[in-house]
Amino acid sequence: MTARIRERTGQFFRMRRFKTQVKSVTDTSSTILGEAVARATPAPIASRIRGLSDRSMAWLFITPAIALLLAVNIFPLIWAIYLSFTNFRANRPNAALESVGLSNYSRVLNDPNIWQAMQTTAHFVFWTILLQTLIGFSLAYLIDRKFRGHAFWTTIILVPMMLSPAVVGNFWRFLYQPQIGLFNHIVSFLTGIPPSSFEMLGSVRLSPWAIIIVDTWMWTPYVMLICLAGLRSIPDYIYEAAEVDRASLWRQFWSITLPMALPFIMLAVLFRGIENFKMFDMVTLLTGGGPGSTTEVASITLKREAFESWRTGRASAFAIILFVAVFGLANIYVKALNKVKQR
Amino acid sequence: MSSVNTAHSVVEPSRTSKRIAATIVIAYAVITMIPLVWIVLTSFKSPPDSISYPPKIVFQPTLEGYCNLFTTRTRQTPEYITSLGAPTSTCDEITRSRNMVIAGPSNYWPRFQNSLVIAFGSTFLAVSLGTLAAYGFSRFKVPLAEDLLFFILSTRMMPPIAVAIPIYLMYRQLGLSDTALGMILLYTAVNVSLAVWLLKGFIDEIPREYEEAAMIDGYTRMQAFFKVVLPQATTGIAATAIFCLIFAWNEYAFAVLLTSGAAQTAPPFIPTIIGEGGQDWPAVAAGTTIFVVPILVFTILLRKQLLRGITFGAVRK
Repeated sequence: MTARIRERTGQFFRMRRFKTQVKSVTDTSSTILGEAVARATPAPIASRIRGLSDRSMAWLFITPAIALLLAVNIFPLIWAIYLSFTNFRANRPNAALESVGLSNYSRVLNDPNIWQAMQTTAHFVFWTILLQTLIGFSLAYLIDRKFRGHAFWTTIILVPMMLSPAVVGNFWRFLYQPQIGLFNHIVSFLTGIPPSSFEMLGSVRLSPWAIIIVDTWMWTPYVMLICLAGLRSIPDYIYEAAEVDRASLWRQFWSITLPMALPFIMLAVLFRGIENFKMFDMVTLLTGGGPGSTTEVASITLKREAFESWRTGRASAFAIILFVAVFGLANIYVKALNKVKQR
Repeated sequence: MSSVNTAHSVVEPSRTSKRIAATIVIAYAVITMIPLVWIVLTSFKSPPDSISYPPKIVFQPTLEGYCNLFTTRTRQTPEYITSLGAPTSTCDEITRSRNMVIAGPSNYWPRFQNSLVIAFGSTFLAVSLGTLAAYGFSRFKVPLAEDLLFFILSTRMMPPIAVAIPIYLMYRQLGLSDTALGMILLYTAVNVSLAVWLLKGFIDEIPREYEEAAMIDGYTRMQAFFKVVLPQATTGIAATAIFCLIFAWNEYAFAVLLTSGAAQTAPPFIPTIIGEGGQDWPAVAAGTTIFVVPILVFTILLRKQLLRGITFGAVRK
């Protein structure tokens, strides 16, 4: 297929080259005509571009985006790598930098607080992804029954993911207040436990779940959207064939719906995983990492190291380790995803 | 599920299954709306009502939250207040009833304007650059295209806090710290990776033959791109714009670390709204409510494109 396209485009470009040759012949034959052509060309840029080869055309399209990414993303990344080998402190930006070799890295890897933060992050990522995938996929499956008004209700469900995580985190701090908060009163209404008998944000046992609940509330719609796209991509005729074969609904679900939607579910897991691995805003405003450090996810540790303990060099080392870990995991995961897609 | 129901179309779900599905989905939608409804309700409460025990569902609505959001106030003696004469506005009246006088406008409106400029500016730039790059990747043989694309996506994997340190240093050198332009460039860079990935999927689906035909008719590559490809890709561009806007509008980590005044956006500002004795919840809720409106309108207008937009090219090819 691709070979055929390539062949066709090859033919096409050969033809185009021929056309430009023809044009150049007519141009040289009469300079007056050439000037007329130049004047008739709508934009000066267009006339310059006409002469470019296809390869330089490609770069013309791609370069602006790549240049911006290099300047604002890659250059700082390289700078961060450099800082990770120094004793840089963000509160003394003009002090002379000393190279400290790999000691930042060895300190980070031997720091029990940082491993604690990694563990907190892993717990957060695991449960949010599990809950969001289960609820999100179920909702998408139900919405795909196409009951009356499903488009309206889908839009309603989407609203939480459009909010600012910081603003949401801040407001949920209000909802979680033991005396005045709505959340505690609803739980109390449903279970009979007095509303002031538990503190979602103040208790070591409950606070990790407080952030999981908010993240699930906020991002389940996102997973639902991707799953819905996956379910809609399954052609009807497959179900028709299954129906003709008298496959039960249960059987249809396990051997058609789930396997065919799996690449989409995996993609949703990838995006949510990457996002929650670097979670910062919502948790900062909801718990600030507390009580103690029970909800201190990796990014909050990073911020504390860089801007509160002012060990910015060490924080950079930690950031690089995080980046390499996410990058590596994502790479392996994308390979697995491609395998699932090809089945 | 009976054979009678499924007789007309084998894939159409039965009426019972539709009814069950509708009940569960609507129940979920209602539950998910509770915190949002609570935000809007709180914005119309007076500060004492907002922190009453138990929480009040029925209350006397007031605009005090909105007044407090847009103004700064100072406490004055009742004698001074009576000496001022008749109140000039509703907000003035409400403020005086609390023994206070409006001292001036708050920072909310400038922060909100910053959000508008930065979010829409960076969305426009990210979508423009993203469309060009996506077209380049889709139509030309770019050396190492696969690696370049993965590299583009991987720029999103770095925790913002880590990137913020060198960006802060760099912006200080360039005079871009705490400027709207600096934030626009930063958000554009973050969003452009997503835009390229999303849009490549859409442009891949537009048959090359359209442009080829146009170019044989004498269009240049650029004309073909603007007059043939762009109109075909509007759905994808709209969907991409929603995602870029949601990110840029709501971003907090970069904003809180890189802006402190002139270019600060609303998300770092709203949590800092405090009244007497802690957070002024009605004002916070009012600020949140107003802040949600633009993105909500934008998304509802473009909701049809949203579903298509999320089916990333990564899966569809």
